[in-house]
Amino acid sequence: MNPLTALRRARRHLVVIAGLLTLAYMILPNVVVMVFSFNKPTGRFNYSWNHFSLDAWKSPCGAAGLCGSLGLSLQIAVYATIGATVLGTMIAFALVRYRFHGRGPVNSLIFLPMAMPEVVMAASLLTLFLNLGAQLGFWTILIAHIMFCLSFVVVAVKARVMSMDPRLEEAARDLYAGPVQTFLRVTLPIAAPGIAAGALLSFALSFDDFIITNFNAGSTVTFPMFVWGSAQRGTPVQINVIGTAMFVIAVLIVVAGQLVSGRRARAGSAS
Amino acid sequence: MTATAARPAAPPAAGEPKPRPAPRRKRLVPYWLLLPGILWLIIFFVVPLVYQASTSVQTGSLENSFRVTWHVQTYWDVLQQYYPQFLRSLLYAAVATLLCLVVGYPLAYLIAFRAGRHRNILLVLVIAPFFTSFLIRTLAWKTILADGGPVVHALNALHVLDLTDVLGWTSGDRLLATPLAVVTGLTYNFLPFMILPLYTSLERIDHRLHEAAGDLYATPWTTFRKVTFPMSLPGVVSGTLLTFIPSSGDYVNAQLLGSADTKMIGSVIQSQFLTVLDYPAAAALSFILMAVVLFVVSYYIRRAGTEELL
Repeated sequence: MNPLTALRRARRHLVVIAGLLTLAYMILPNVVVMVFSFNKPTGRFNYSWNHFSLDAWKSPCGAAGLCGSLGLSLQIAVYATIGATVLGTMIAFALVRYRFHGRGPVNSLIFLPMAMPEVVMAASLLTLFLNLGAQLGFWTILIAHIMFCLSFVVVAVKARVMSMDPRLEEAARDLYAGPVQTFLRVTLPIAAPGIAAGALLSFALSFDDFIITNFNAGSTVTFPMFVWGSAQRGTPVQINVIGTAMFVIAVLIVVAGQLVSGRRARAGSAS
Repeated sequence: MTATAARPAAPPAAGEPKPRPAPRRKRLVPYWLLLPGILWLIIFFVVPLVYQASTSVQTGSLENSFRVTWHVQTYWDVLQQYYPQFLRSLLYAAVATLLCLVVGYPLAYLIAFRAGRHRNILLVLVIAPFFTSFLIRTLAWKTILADGGPVVHALNALHVLDLTDVLGWTSGDRLLATPLAVVTGLTYNFLPFMILPLYTSLERIDHRLHEAAGDLYATPWTTFRKVTFPMSLPGVVSGTLLTFIPSSGDYVNAQLLGSADTKMIGSVIQSQFLTVLDYPAAAALSFILMAVVLFVVSYYIRRAGTEELL
């Protein structure tokens, strides 16, 4: 074999091996979480293996306060997603579709929350709430979550709207569609994947947020706050059950989505 | 800004480069669209920063209420007291970012060029771990790196721990509660933020460029150095920013996987704000962190020459 092709082949495999090792590094903790959801720990902490048990899976809400915090996190994530998606989509459309004064400052205002360590935003928001004497809890968490999700929605929707052909809308208007009709029947369907991506991202960011919530939650306990607290007091196995269930559900949803869109794409190319 | 709609060649008579001159009523539309979101960001992002700036120059106590006294001395005091944590945060964040790049690049490359029809599966596998709360996954590292666990045993057998011990990354036969554990956690937690932008920019590269480079007798390494890597630079820049920024302010990894000797500045800000209740000091620390990160980011963006991140 020619040494050059040998080298090329070696490098090809090297990249594959290195890449798969990275993937293993990323998935290993999930495997550990899954395995330890079947553990029966000896002490309060579920860090070392004792013996197999299905107890935690039989009573996923068995740990006091766990399911309440989970419900609260889901609720906040839904509201934050709706709020951030609506506000962010409006900004994205304004940025792509219109020319106006103050575009620069608006762009920086959207970029800055993403370029700042979370702890800075968390701390400064807390100073605002303390100065206003606001009651820390559900509403302050929701306000904070909408704030930091907004920018991500803008970026996701903007990318999609920017790649949209404006002639489609002109064609709709030429065909006597009113502005509302054009928006609902042409613009919105095309922008939908971007909006969906922004919404999904918001949901994930809000649901999993810890640092900003830690500062602005008062004594309200979201799911990440529950996990944080249990890291100090003792980790119930149910945490691993919830973590595993979240992982499995998400993978199923993504795989189902892939199958549907794949089928649709095939159907589209066939017709 | 990337949305630089090409200036039309025709004289911009109305100063309106849009294909259709908009009626006057319509000119207000963008402002109405922007208003709610921008107001939200101003009230809950900008105004808090102003409040924080004012808090940082206040003196007083919880009992006697804080008052603005322009006590700038606080900044100097907290810097003197906490500069080790500052330097440590920047160091850990920089190392974690570099590790993310080194570890993440092969995977992004693999997905972009070598995965074929498995590409979507691999992408799902990169994103899927995200869906288990990151706190739970960080706790899992406590199990993985546990004293006397398989990882510690293996590294001990290979005498890796002796080496890292000499370098000061670990101490004794432990991985937990060492700088190495914290950096491992940081790298792990922010790796997807590196891989996804890398993948996006690698995926855009025309595959024929690789063939062309090969045809011109470039070795694979040269092809990578002269073609692939330079073309993936936008991904490298945004990936490094997306990992450096959150890791510099993180306190979760330092708290869960580290010890008192691996405290990062985020932990200090958190405890000053939520436990010690020394608001001026906490605000000053937070402000310094913000300034440092913004400075590093803007310097880096300028050096990298990609100002079109948004």
